[in-house]
Amino acid sequence: MDLTGFAERVGTSGTVSIRGRSSRTVERTVNVDIDRVVTAPNGVVEYHPDEMTITCGAGTPLESIRNVTAENGQSVALPGSGTVGGALSVGRSGIDRLGVGPVRDTLLQATFVDHRGELITVGGPTVKNVSGFDLARLLVGSFGRLGFIARVILRTRPVPRASSWFETDADWSRVVELQTVLYRPAALLWNGDRLAIRLDGDPDDIAESSRRFGLSPRTGAPFAENEFTHRWSVAPIEVPAIVRSARAPVWAEVGVGIVHHVEPQPSRRGTPNRIELRLLDEFDPDRRLNPDVVFPQ
Amino acid sequence: MTRPADDFIVDLTRGVSHVHRNPIEVSLFDHDASTIEGRAGVVVYPTSLDEVVHVVTTCNRHGRPFVARGAGTGLAGGATPLDGALVICLTKMNRVLSVDPVNRLAWVEPGVLNLDLSRHMAAMGHDLHFAPDPSSQQSCTVGGNVANNSGGPHCLADGVTSAHVLALEVVLSDGQVVVLGGEEPEPDGLDLRGAFVGSEGMFGIATKVCVRLTQNPPTVRTMLLDFTSVRDGADTVSSIIAAGMVPAALEMMDALCIEAVEQYVHAGLPLDAAAVLLVEVTGLAHDVDAQAERVAEIGREHRARTIRVARDEAERALLWKGRKTAFGAVARIKPNYYLHDTVVPRRRLPEVLDEIYRIVDRHDLLVLNVFHAGDGNLHPLLVFDKREPGVMERVHAAGEEIVRASVAAGGVLSGEHGIGLEKRDYMSLMFSELDLEAQAAVRRSFDPSGLANPFKVLPSPASCGDVQHVPEGAWI
Repeated sequence: MDLTGFAERVGTSGTVSIRGRSSRTVERTVNVDIDRVVTAPNGVVEYHPDEMTITCGAGTPLESIRNVTAENGQSVALPGSGTVGGALSVGRSGIDRLGVGPVRDTLLQATFVDHRGELITVGGPTVKNVSGFDLARLLVGSFGRLGFIARVILRTRPVPRASSWFETDADWSRVVELQTVLYRPAALLWNGDRLAIRLDGDPDDIAESSRRFGLSPRTGAPFAENEFTHRWSVAPIEVPAIVRSARAPVWAEVGVGIVHHVEPQPSRRGTPNRIELRLLDEFDPDRRLNPDVVFPQ
Repeated sequence: MTRPADDFIVDLTRGVSHVHRNPIEVSLFDHDASTIEGRAGVVVYPTSLDEVVHVVTTCNRHGRPFVARGAGTGLAGGATPLDGALVICLTKMNRVLSVDPVNRLAWVEPGVLNLDLSRHMAAMGHDLHFAPDPSSQQSCTVGGNVANNSGGPHCLADGVTSAHVLALEVVLSDGQVVVLGGEEPEPDGLDLRGAFVGSEGMFGIATKVCVRLTQNPPTVRTMLLDFTSVRDGADTVSSIIAAGMVPAALEMMDALCIEAVEQYVHAGLPLDAAAVLLVEVTGLAHDVDAQAERVAEIGREHRARTIRVARDEAERALLWKGRKTAFGAVARIKPNYYLHDTVVPRRRLPEVLDEIYRIVDRHDLLVLNVFHAGDGNLHPLLVFDKREPGVMERVHAAGEEIVRASVAAGGVLSGEHGIGLEKRDYMSLMFSELDLEAQAAVRRSFDPSGLANPFKVLPSPASCGDVQHVPEGAWI
């Protein structure tokens, strides 16, 4: 994998923007001139199913990762159709976050190119590691503003033996009841009167749970990935009020707090705080990396 | 130059009621649970956010370093104060502030004990627990878990502390109070919460923690497999993971450890085994049956002699007691121990264990291995009698070789104890100078003053002070 070549393309001066497959919505400004557009290295370097780790270039399409890991009954909990680097830099989870956890917990180690064109490695190669500060967390959801991810080691996870969607009529009290009694559902999606549920695990357990709690089978998720233009991030406790007050159809991830919405979320912060400004000053003082990306989004 | 100590004390006592200066009492805070001795100056026990802000602001005004600590169970010297630093002991801030059992989160103060949090849930009738379960969980605090990004046997399936902390209220070194992260899943901006967890007290002081709570599993099956070779045990671990299972826990003990534990807890461990594996599978009934059956099958394929399944909660508790009290059991062999903590790729476990036995033999020491095999997290326990002349040198030399062997095998310096002072000067085994500079830059961004727990984690070239006092017991 040509990490040095990538670092050279990022270079030491000028404004540079990084692109994957542009499959995710990223708010950009047109007020900044971009000298160069770069793409991260692509390809799987190493895959160790018995370590539950895969090493790949950040430019590797998620499709390739899925194909490689599927051969060993594993997957990587990164959503969408773009690249590994895109999923990490944007940091938005998939609708099964309740079951598989947030994007940030997937990243074990990252090598990124900093504003001086230098390669920096953060995190560690093993599934467990507390050596030094956890800088890998900072890269997830940073939209490339601290550096451009070149190569990563990701945690893989076993694909469940079975995975099925169900639904049921549900007011909020029924939602709460099911949220309490179902054991680790992979997704609970509520639109105000229907609850869609994904259960992962042993097929007999899934059948038993669906019988016991009166769930009807359904095919797939209740909405398509790109059906909603906005995703609100709210405290899970706010979900019922937000769903009830929505003027257009919405789907909320119960127990997580993501609400898939057609309108933008009001009152997002919009400016970096003091620690973030200092981090930006340390990691990209000239603001040459992805300066066109509105941050925070 | 700092002003005379008296002004500092006078200023301190203006805003915090518990200030301790008695030399005998203060000396109890000279170290954590590591062998590294430091020197505490004054000890304060704040009881509120306002008191923490006052203490930190006062330290800032006087240019005094401070070290936050909980129960002091850390093993890497992270909470060892150097050169008379002020110790901020947070054990009096120990309230569970709120619990949302439906969304499974709770706000707690940093001094809440790890196990008390799960007990609190049980007492409230909630079928929930706090997943990180370090062996010290009866006495370690949630704040300490945050500082060290603590693990434990059950972190194999559920992740270490970072995966169980949603938000933090933090007092920065200038006294400013910030909230990092949030109950919402994707707060705007950088994941400062994630960076703070595991920062070993060097980014600020957490005064409130929003933790994620985990459902108690409806079915638990605990199994003990025994082997006549360590390699068979280690290969079983790799095969279980490769077969698509992530058991709730996957722990291993070697022969000397089995012997010590058995004499201590009488759990019926096979005294002639080279290794035992403690495997716990949890979940819904059918899933647990299927996994347990598969684990047994894999064990047999790797020549497991017996496969014992705990019949009831009492037997399960006994097997776990054996695992969790292993460190107490060693006292029967030698009066002192030094517990190490490195991680290696699972597939390298057999060869690294062999190497550890060779290293320890070379230094004429004894080692017990009891560790989180599922995630390759080794815990070689060197046992010795420190009254034996020259033994400490051998212990440190062997320790250094073990750390180097682990990193050389593609592993890391620490899986859960952290870097602190113990492994500070080994950071360059894993990180380049530029990598370490980046870590120092993050530290500066959180704490430009450098007063929060100075001289830890980052090796000397990356720190800036003129105090480079290296306490006895550090591996320098």
